[in-house]
Amino acid sequence: MLETLNWIAALLALGTSIGLLLSRDWRWSLAILAAQYLGVFWLVHSNWPISMAAVKLVTGWMVCAALATSLRGSAKGPVSETAWPEGRFFRLLAASLIALTTFALAQRTAAWLNVNLAVAWGSLLLMGMGLLHLGITIQPLRVILGLLTLLAGFEIMYASVETSTLVAALLVVINLCLALAGAYLLNVHTAEDSQ
Amino acid sequence: MSAPAIWIFLPFGLALILWPFRNERLSAGLAGGITFLLALSAWLLPIDTAMSVGSVSIKIASSFEILGRHLVLTSSDGPLLALIYATTCFWFAASASIKIAHKLAPFGLGITALLVASLAVEPFLYAALLIEMAVLLAVPLLSSADRSPGRGLFRFLIFQTLAMPFILFSGWLLAGIEANPGDLTLVLQAAILLGLGFTFLLAIVPFNTWIPLLTEESPPYSAGFILWMFPTMAFLFGLGFLDRYTWLRTAPQLPNLLTIAGSLMLLTGGTLAAFQRHLGRLLGFAVIAEIGFSLLAMSLGGTTGLNLFFLLFVPRVLSLGVWAFSLSILKEQAPSLRFSEVKGLGRRYPAAAYGAILANLSLAGVPLLACFPIRQALWEGLARQTPGIALLVLIGSLGLLTGAIRSLAVLSMAPEGTGWEVRETWPQRIFLALGALALIVLGLFPQWATPLLARLPSVFEHLGH
Repeated sequence: MLETLNWIAALLALGTSIGLLLSRDWRWSLAILAAQYLGVFWLVHSNWPISMAAVKLVTGWMVCAALATSLRGSAKGPVSETAWPEGRFFRLLAASLIALTTFALAQRTAAWLNVNLAVAWGSLLLMGMGLLHLGITIQPLRVILGLLTLLAGFEIMYASVETSTLVAALLVVINLCLALAGAYLLNVHTAEDSQ
Repeated sequence: MSAPAIWIFLPFGLALILWPFRNERLSAGLAGGITFLLALSAWLLPIDTAMSVGSVSIKIASSFEILGRHLVLTSSDGPLLALIYATTCFWFAASASIKIAHKLAPFGLGITALLVASLAVEPFLYAALLIEMAVLLAVPLLSSADRSPGRGLFRFLIFQTLAMPFILFSGWLLAGIEANPGDLTLVLQAAILLGLGFTFLLAIVPFNTWIPLLTEESPPYSAGFILWMFPTMAFLFGLGFLDRYTWLRTAPQLPNLLTIAGSLMLLTGGTLAAFQRHLGRLLGFAVIAEIGFSLLAMSLGGTTGLNLFFLLFVPRVLSLGVWAFSLSILKEQAPSLRFSEVKGLGRRYPAAAYGAILANLSLAGVPLLACFPIRQALWEGLARQTPGIALLVLIGSLGLLTGAIRSLAVLSMAPEGTGWEVRETWPQRIFLALGALALIVLGLFPQWATPLLARLPSVFEHLGH
């Protein structure tokens, strides 16, 4: 049962990370990010007690709330990228490549770190998707979403080797500071656009 | 009372108090005064030793417990703390005259406190997390309120964030190596992860593209502060690794790796500086070359290398400070720092133009200026080991010199008959004059900085002896 739930969480991570890559409306992006943190919570829970793992979920949702608050007044529609092919097919293809590569890597990582395969895959997948996201955009919101996805993937893997409360607390602060930095950058960006 | 409370929590608390302040002089005065006192107390006060003040006995404890882990600052850290807070004081002191103190004072103090915490935290690998927090705190400092954040800021954020996972994972592997030192696979994995982490953290080629972008887009003085603070603390963090792990310190490949990375940084920074058409980008490439110089000093190894590494600090902070301060004044008068837009600006702002050129010449290693004596010693050391590398150093320095000459030509270029004016404010003139004087005096009497730095190598128990 636990094994099945781990795979469901990993698939949720796959679906949400692809969704983040494809969505162009910030409301959808933040809703998908919030769902992604559910998967992160469950994958972290396989190594940490539920009370500690729940911190990831709460932090993730706080991050979404902070970003949503700063974007609430923004009436901007879907944002177009300029540097890379912005077609959905291209992104889907890149995402499937990441999914396949990380699945291949996950088997060795799972053996190396002595963790469940679904946990290893979920972690590597999120890190890979985060990097892909960072590689194809310079939009402030998308950069922050990419960094949050990358960190979420890292946190899942690091939870399997480190259980310190201080590390958990510092990672929470880093996630929240990243959201605040993102909110600040989004506000500067929006203020300039409205001038 | 504990040392972390004085040198970490106190400045961080003050940063929070200063945040709402909008008065430039008050912010700069308070932040400068407190950092000066912190530097002085770090230099004078012993840690973990009882002191008698009249009938009262005071002892500053070295450790502070937080969530089951410790922040530890011992007496041997005193010189390092003094250097960090003295240089921070130097940056704050001049900030009011270019109207940036209201931003630099709170964020700069917060960043400094977090970076000091990164040196104090035990286990020391958690420093990567604290450095990341400082990076995030730097974001508002580096973005202008009147323009969209540029690619440099995002790349800075991304590359510095990428360093954290690599360093934390390498830490986990290093713990495994301590338990099983014979496992060569583990050693190789840890070394690769650690190398990648520091490549991101120190902005080593090819992950250094954000530096010139940042100095082009961000307020020059803030960028200068960040580009002084982060590489310096990253180097100290790196030295901590070398000091702690014997296998890493004695690895035969380490000097070669440091030499290759340092030469690449110096060569790219120096040669690309020669072709820049933007004063801000020129500063960025000089910073890249400076990181190269530090890596080359470390590659010499032993106490000589460590001493040279620390001796580079004072001339560097002086040069970067004067250069960034001058560029801030010039940027106020032109839409950007592109050569086409600052042409002839030196005729109206000669002190700022002089400051920028002098600092550039100093970082290029021109004789009689602050950086020259240390560069000469470094050249000697490198030439003894690998003459080819000494030649690369010369090429890099010539690139920086070319950049300075081109800047001088652009800043003084004006139609015939154009007169000279001095439009800098009096505080700006005073700070520029003091900075220029310090650059010249330190070039003539380099030994004056030695007492400040003599105790620094002892911070690293195994490297400094």
